[in-house]
Amino acid sequence: MNLNATLLGELIAFAVFVLFCMKFVWPPIMSAIEERQKKIADGLAASDRAEKDLHLAQEKAKEQLIEAKQQAAEIIEQAKRRAGSIVESETQRAHEERDKIISAGQVEVEAERNRAKEELRKQVSTLAVLGAERILAREIDAQAHSDIVEKLVAEL
Amino acid sequence: MAAGEELTLSSHIQHHLTNAKVCTTEAGVSFNKACSEAGFWTWHIDTLAWSIGLGLIFLWLFRSTAKKATSGVPGKFQCFVEIVIDFVASNVKDTYHGKSKLIAPLALTIFIWVFLMNLMDLVPVDFLPAFAGVVGETVFNVPAEKVYMKIVPTTDINMTAALALGVFLLMIGYSIRIKGVSGFIKELTLHPFSTNNTVLQIILIPFNLLLELIALIAKPFSLALRLFGNLYAGEMIFILIGAIGLLQLPLHFVWAVFHILVIVLQAFVFMMLTIVYLSMASSDNH
Repeated sequence: MNLNATLLGELIAFAVFVLFCMKFVWPPIMSAIEERQKKIADGLAASDRAEKDLHLAQEKAKEQLIEAKQQAAEIIEQAKRRAGSIVESETQRAHEERDKIISAGQVEVEAERNRAKEELRKQVSTLAVLGAERILAREIDAQAHSDIVEKLVAEL
Repeated sequence: MAAGEELTLSSHIQHHLTNAKVCTTEAGVSFNKACSEAGFWTWHIDTLAWSIGLGLIFLWLFRSTAKKATSGVPGKFQCFVEIVIDFVASNVKDTYHGKSKLIAPLALTIFIWVFLMNLMDLVPVDFLPAFAGVVGETVFNVPAEKVYMKIVPTTDINMTAALALGVFLLMIGYSIRIKGVSGFIKELTLHPFSTNNTVLQIILIPFNLLLELIALIAKPFSLALRLFGNLYAGEMIFILIGAIGLLQLPLHFVWAVFHILVIVLQAFVFMMLTIVYLSMASSDNH
């Protein structure tokens, strides 16, 4: 149990083992561990970033969808308005056309009637003169009484 | 129990507790009993062989892992090695606040080496000594009772003292490197009693020196004796259990289960105290 040279031998062995461990065992394993830790940390950070990006993209897509819907609604609204206005203006034009046609017809009818009336009046005056000529025979000068006949015709 | 039997038992125990010795005498290289007069220059070849062998196993295992170490997906053994290294590294980081490339590998070496040496305690006490006896009888033609083989190096005070001495030298080295020679001497002489009165301080120096030297020397002593005492006692109990006949089987099991705790704990305590002592040696504020 007493101390002897074994102590020195073990001391040297101890020193050699520690030095070997310090030079050839500890650094490579520690660097592998640290490198892996860094890799994992980077991976986690990347996945965080990707998640954030995905979130942003989803948000953007949603916004764009809403915008597109709005635009579509606006376009439809515009088209409806346009269609309404076209229908209205066409209706109005048609009404005007109809009124114009009707009024033109009326004017024509009126003119026709006036002409007919004129014609009739002329014929009536001629007939009246003719009748009067025949009734009054020779006594009555057609020329002398034409003013009376004309007055009569005008009263028709 | 007859006197003869008693003698056999005590000689059996004595046989188990004796190292295989080698020394050089006037007659040349001598073994065991012949070395009783050799004094200091005696070598315990069983302690040396087992401890250095176990140390080489440790270094070989860890070195082969270190060579193949990958930062990608590690193999199973690399995982194990990394767990051990991470355990040691976190203990060192928690306790030692300076910067040193030596402390962590030192702690790892102590932890694993001491653990492996302690682990030899779980090999049934008679196996290897009996085997050595057979080998000695057949190969070297030496009677079996004259062949000694103590397979647990940490039950040899030389082993634990060598470890403690190594740590002690490092403590002194770190003290001087961090604080300088004058700082180290100041630490030994101006504490724990310090005053502003110069004359009184000079008077107090011997007391301080005495106290601080005792505190300093006590550290390697406690390191060496704690490990040695625990393992020696454990080994002794295994030997005693081994001497009581058939009943030894359950008792061996119970003691071995308990001893597993001691084996790991003592390795851990040695490592931890080494870190703590070196941390104390490296810190400036006393």
